[in-house]
Amino acid sequence: MTESAAMGGAVAGRGPAGVPLVCWFEECRKDSVPLVGGKCSSLGELINAGVRVPPGFALTTEGYRRFMAEAGINREIKSLLDKLDAADMDALERTSASIRTSIEAHPFSTEIEDLVAECYRKLSLRCCMPAAPVAVRSSATAEDLPGASFAGQQDTYLWIRGIDEVLHHMRRCISSLYTARAIAYRANRGLDDERMAISIGVQKMANAHTAGVMFTIHPANGDRSVIVIDSNFGFGESVVSGEVTPDHFVVNKVTLDIIDRTISQKEMCYTVDLKTQQSLAVEVPFERQRVQSLIDDEITELAGMGKQIEKHYGRPMDIEWAVDKDLPAGGNIFILQARPETVWSEKRLEPVADAGASAMDYILSSMLAGKKVK
Amino acid sequence: MKFPNPHDIKAKTIPGTEGWERMYPYHYQFVTDDPERNQYEKDSFWFADGLHYPEPLYPFDTIWDEAWYLALSQFNNRIFMVPPVRGVDHRIINGYVYISPVPVKDGAEIGSRVPHFMERAGYYYKNWDALEAKWKVKMEATIRELEAVKIPKLPDMEDISVVTDAVGESRGYHLLKNYDDLINLGLKCWQYHFEFLNLGYAAYVFFLDFMQKQFPSMPTQRVTQMIAGIDVIMYQPDEELKKLAKKAIELGIEATVCSSPEWSVVEAALRKLPKGQEWLAALDQAKDPWFEVSTGTGWFHHDRSWNDQMNVPLTGINTYIGKIKQDISIERPTEKVRAERDRITAEYRDLIGTEEDRKQFDELLGCAKTVFPYVENHLFYVEHWFHSVFWNKMREVGAIMKQHGMIEDVEDIWLLRRDEIKQGLWDVVTAWATGVTPRGTKVWPKEIAWRKGVMQKFKEWSAPPAIGTAPEVIQEPFTIVLWGVTNKSLADWSAVQEVKDPDSITEIKGFAGSPGVAEGRARICKTVAEVGQLQEGEILVAPTTSPSWAPAFAKISACVTDVGGVMSHAAIVCREYGLPAVVGTGLSTKIIKSGMMLRVDGSSGVITIVR
Repeated sequence: MTESAAMGGAVAGRGPAGVPLVCWFEECRKDSVPLVGGKCSSLGELINAGVRVPPGFALTTEGYRRFMAEAGINREIKSLLDKLDAADMDALERTSASIRTSIEAHPFSTEIEDLVAECYRKLSLRCCMPAAPVAVRSSATAEDLPGASFAGQQDTYLWIRGIDEVLHHMRRCISSLYTARAIAYRANRGLDDERMAISIGVQKMANAHTAGVMFTIHPANGDRSVIVIDSNFGFGESVVSGEVTPDHFVVNKVTLDIIDRTISQKEMCYTVDLKTQQSLAVEVPFERQRVQSLIDDEITELAGMGKQIEKHYGRPMDIEWAVDKDLPAGGNIFILQARPETVWSEKRLEPVADAGASAMDYILSSMLAGKKVK
Repeated sequence: MKFPNPHDIKAKTIPGTEGWERMYPYHYQFVTDDPERNQYEKDSFWFADGLHYPEPLYPFDTIWDEAWYLALSQFNNRIFMVPPVRGVDHRIINGYVYISPVPVKDGAEIGSRVPHFMERAGYYYKNWDALEAKWKVKMEATIRELEAVKIPKLPDMEDISVVTDAVGESRGYHLLKNYDDLINLGLKCWQYHFEFLNLGYAAYVFFLDFMQKQFPSMPTQRVTQMIAGIDVIMYQPDEELKKLAKKAIELGIEATVCSSPEWSVVEAALRKLPKGQEWLAALDQAKDPWFEVSTGTGWFHHDRSWNDQMNVPLTGINTYIGKIKQDISIERPTEKVRAERDRITAEYRDLIGTEEDRKQFDELLGCAKTVFPYVENHLFYVEHWFHSVFWNKMREVGAIMKQHGMIEDVEDIWLLRRDEIKQGLWDVVTAWATGVTPRGTKVWPKEIAWRKGVMQKFKEWSAPPAIGTAPEVIQEPFTIVLWGVTNKSLADWSAVQEVKDPDSITEIKGFAGSPGVAEGRARICKTVAEVGQLQEGEILVAPTTSPSWAPAFAKISACVTDVGGVMSHAAIVCREYGLPAVVGTGLSTKIIKSGMMLRVDGSSGVITIVR
């Protein structure tokens, strides 16, 4: 089956002005944020830049609006929120609970259910699996945008299998917009709930053998000529959360050779408990703790991907990645997320040299400064 | 970082070497009887010049140390007026040379030197190519002059022409004069050696410094790769061997060329073939001057040239014939190297954050590229060509000393200081003129026998890499580039000192000389003569390498050296051939043994010994 056939067929359902209710990541670009939110549009952008990303699809903001309108949830929420005192913690909790129960109890319309089911079937087919395990997560229209981070405000559900479970967790994602904290946050900032729109991404889970983060700039000194990779066995959670000291690699961005490596003692990692569909912290067997978690060829390939992503976005990037254990080498490294690096990129660059200095001037001034050796 | 006090080190005289100080110039000694000098020596930072002298110095070989002591210092301090540094001071302990850059401490004086430096160094930078062309002419003339120096034998009776031409001078006088000429040409050659080198290194060091300010993690080798020459004459001797290998195959005489590892046997066989004679003619052409290349660094009398040791180039030619026969390319991949250099340069330039810095990059890169060919090419003229001819002229002097009973063997002459030889020649010449026996015949053989024992004990001594008081800042460009004296190397040196048991070491650090990772068995080659033992795929571990080692690189999988920075021969050649190299490791040849399994990471500069 061709890519376009895989993408095209399912997307029959459209909202007003032909806006789709569901779409594949491949159909998204970085300007698709109003339709599919920041996360999904950035994944679409990556795919279109030729980066290997686990495949998936999104319920669009139009699909979300349709769901909220069709079942009359909107009205129900409005009446509950109108009489709410956002400073009253107990009332907040009560209101949140009843809104969330209501959202999770309402089925999607048959049209949306069919569209999602068709996408999920095709996704599973692409992954050569009867029912592909997926991550279901919200993709907010304001999240990930510079200066307005909503990160962590919505839930992510991992290792979801089967269409009923997928639909159920999509609703849970939507309901997570109404945690007590989120309601209070919006109330305090005067954000209008009705104008809020999110999208839900459904993405094949990378069955990570090893995962971690990668910066296309040195996070410690802002050196743009290197790519820095932190990795541990299992899912990237252990690296992101800082629960282990990960293996650390510094790769020359220009030549892609590894110029520095630190292999750490990695005592734990995350793996999946398929029964509870939750990631599970496990101890790394002692004899593996000091084993390099990412082999040299993978480091080089990954750094090459980082370089390509940076080139596409034209700025240093902060990237999450995983090596999938179900797939063969050469096709098993996936990019899970990429966002602009903000710490160094937003610093104003001061030139090292004085403007208009000749080589002689530079040699002289450096000679006078000398080299510190202590 | 703490380093031992030089006077404490010196005070522990190796038993049986008492009085060794007389083997070297008196001003090379660390002293205790002059409080002012003693304090200066304690307060200064001295590091062992292992780059040039991996072994203790023979008394005569001290000549080149004296020559560059003068030349480097004068160009820094009296000619170009480098503002913050004077010269580099020298001392010797147990035959090992210690050097120390001397800073200008007074801020006002530094300031007053600045305009002179800008004018003088600026003149050289601005007119570099024209001045370098003049240098080549001066240098070649000096070498040709050296080749013409005659060391006359002393006849029982002078030739009649001395009378009929009314020469008015004797051979004895000529011997004394020509010995002086020989020495003076050597010193002159070293004057020229430093005419451009300080400035060349300065341009390189501060380009490097600029890049590492832009990119703190940028490996030095990548900076070097942007400016290093592709068509440098250092490669020429090796290129000549390749040409001769091809020529042998072309003429269909390769079997004869490869028939024996002994040059005399091969040469005799070739003489009998018409095609062989044609090949020998091509060889003669290649020899002048390319076979004057030294099999060592050229710094020592025992570094013989290819001309002196024809078996060495013969081995190289045989290796290349073998490669061609197996259809393996022996050409240096220059196009690839050039394309890669240009790509790397462009990518780094793009990564520079501001327009001002990109302009500065262009300026500094341009300057470094202009000066760099000299930095690489002078080696062939001075350390190889000139030195090879010089050592053999000195052997002629040795032959006369031997003839007159002053020494027992020609090679004993190296155990005498150059001023002792001068005195000895006076002894010989006056005794010859007078018709008596030179006094030295009863003095020197005994002294030389003792000095040989001392040299042996010196060789067994392990020189501490650094002594004295470490400074806060080093400004002398040579100290930084050539000896790689940096914060990191000092820390590594002080760490090695603390290791008591070399058998427990599993990791050695050095400079990342050429990127890549290789694993294999170690082969220690202390001199080029041992290169023949190398097996395909082994890792070469050497004190240092030089152009005549080139054929070895066709066999090995990686290279490790004790001394040298990223601009050292081993690093340059490995980058060219795509082999990993870790250089300037300090003590690898002492810690690693042949046959050990090594993992050489030339990207991070770490050698792991698998024990």
